[in-house]
Amino acid sequence: MTRGPTWFNITSLVLGFSFLYLPIVLLVVYSFNESRLVTVWGGFSTKWYVALLDNDQLLDAAWVTLRVAFASATIATVFGTIAALVLVRSGRFVGRSLFSGMIFAPLVMPEVILGLSLLLLFVAMDTSRGFWTVMLAHTTFAMCYVAVVVQSRLVGFDKSMEEAAEDLGCPPVKTFFLITLPIIFPGVLAGWMLAFTLSLDDLVVASFTTGPGATTLPMKIYSQVRLGITPEINAVCTILVALVTIGVIAASLVSRRQQLRREQDERAAFGADG
Amino acid sequence: MAEDHIAAPPRRSLSGWLLIALPYLWLLIFFLTPFLIVFKISLSQVVVAIPPYTPTFDLAEGWRSILEGLGELTVENYVWLTEDTLYWKSYISSVTIAAISTLATLVIGYPIAYGMARSPQSLRPTLLMLVILPFWTSFLIRVYAWIGILKNEGLLNQLLLMLGLIDEPLVILNTNLAVYIGIVYSYLPFLVLPLYASLERLDGSLLEAAEDLGCPPWKAFWKITVPLSLPGVIAGCFLVFIPAVGEFVIPDLLGGSETLMIGKTLWVEFFNNRDWPVSSAVAVILLMILVIPIVMFQNQQQKMSEKNA
Repeated sequence: MTRGPTWFNITSLVLGFSFLYLPIVLLVVYSFNESRLVTVWGGFSTKWYVALLDNDQLLDAAWVTLRVAFASATIATVFGTIAALVLVRSGRFVGRSLFSGMIFAPLVMPEVILGLSLLLLFVAMDTSRGFWTVMLAHTTFAMCYVAVVVQSRLVGFDKSMEEAAEDLGCPPVKTFFLITLPIIFPGVLAGWMLAFTLSLDDLVVASFTTGPGATTLPMKIYSQVRLGITPEINAVCTILVALVTIGVIAASLVSRRQQLRREQDERAAFGADG
Repeated sequence: MAEDHIAAPPRRSLSGWLLIALPYLWLLIFFLTPFLIVFKISLSQVVVAIPPYTPTFDLAEGWRSILEGLGELTVENYVWLTEDTLYWKSYISSVTIAAISTLATLVIGYPIAYGMARSPQSLRPTLLMLVILPFWTSFLIRVYAWIGILKNEGLLNQLLLMLGLIDEPLVILNTNLAVYIGIVYSYLPFLVLPLYASLERLDGSLLEAAEDLGCPPWKAFWKITVPLSLPGVIAGCFLVFIPAVGEFVIPDLLGGSETLMIGKTLWVEFFNNRDWPVSSAVAVILLMILVIPIVMFQNQQQKMSEKNA
């Protein structure tokens, strides 16, 4: 539906987006605060960012978090993409509804339950907890998000190109990598990024499944926040927000350009035909 | 082609089965099995040991010991949950807080989604991006940002005092009000996105027809827009309500001592009291409460995806 914007619509958008963005903007602004009192403005300063560089514990936690996020997002993307293919392409098979249930349930499952159940699994398996257990836990819930994102890309997918490739004798695996994957790639990329940020962000599941020596950044931030808010945490948060924002905007630009190029190619191909 | 994506394929090769087996096995091991273990431990007893519950099943000790172990399982923890008022008060207050917050999210989110769907076509991708972006930034950070705003000496109170609207700071942080604000803020994109999707699909000619026939705009809104956006409303509300019931971070950081939420109760039981069996029982009951909305949500999603296909 397209109609002229009314004052009501403009007001609701302005108010809505201020509500969404003002808290983050304030957090960023106060990370440049000279004063140690977070909510009293004492002049511009970048000293809290400099102080971060000396905080070894925080840097260690950041490094652990990045490794966990990278590994779990990558595995989750492989498994999630396969799961999406199974959901959309495999038709009926025994246990299909259980499968789709297991894909959708983690999306709404309270994190405390996911965390507790995974910890109890790791205890029952008698594995030592740390980097690997957090990584496995994150992979498990992230792959469900990837599956949903990729699935939406696969529905409404024009199979004629795949069929053409197979008719011309292209083996299925090659068809997947040459035809299917490039077309669903924006979905796969978005899935990877979602998995990465979910892992970067997670406090609850990580707190349950971690062990000695694997403290993640959210756990570190959380334990400091409980003691009170400080400009250093504002600075850490600002860096994280900036990284994610740049990543999301870059990814959306890349995928938009790819889309445009694909449309151009298709038009050129059809133009050559006619 | 869309019509055959549910139909049975003619034949499935070995690699086809392998493709299904990989994610299937992963989820069976890391998603379903853990729930069975939680259920088993919820029937166990707490002991001072590693792991801190009894009985433990060890296949190496043979079936006999497992059978003996089965005899040791009790429903004691569940009886305890009904006897101590803390637990059922937490459940009731979690559901109430989640319901109120979901309603508030809907009231705030509907005008945003509506405004987005009514904005010029060229602007919509940008607006969509603006809604999604906060969802990508850390949940913990977004909750943390509110502490500085809602504190007694925080930014909101500073502003209100400066404007002369209040004489003394309002106490918002560490109350249920702060929890409502936190949930609405954190889950707003979850509601706006499905709602926007269903509002955008809405056929504008229906509204024009209503207008031509002399229907006043507010009536056309109630009779046409609201019913047609209902699938989006329902999906959005589920996406807010279900995770909000088990929320831990928001009640812990923004709520006060009077804020009872089951996610927090479970956390305290597990990390502070180290009572694994009771926290497992708390999780099992929470899951039982959430099973109904989760199944309803999945059925609705399935119906919607079949309709779109």
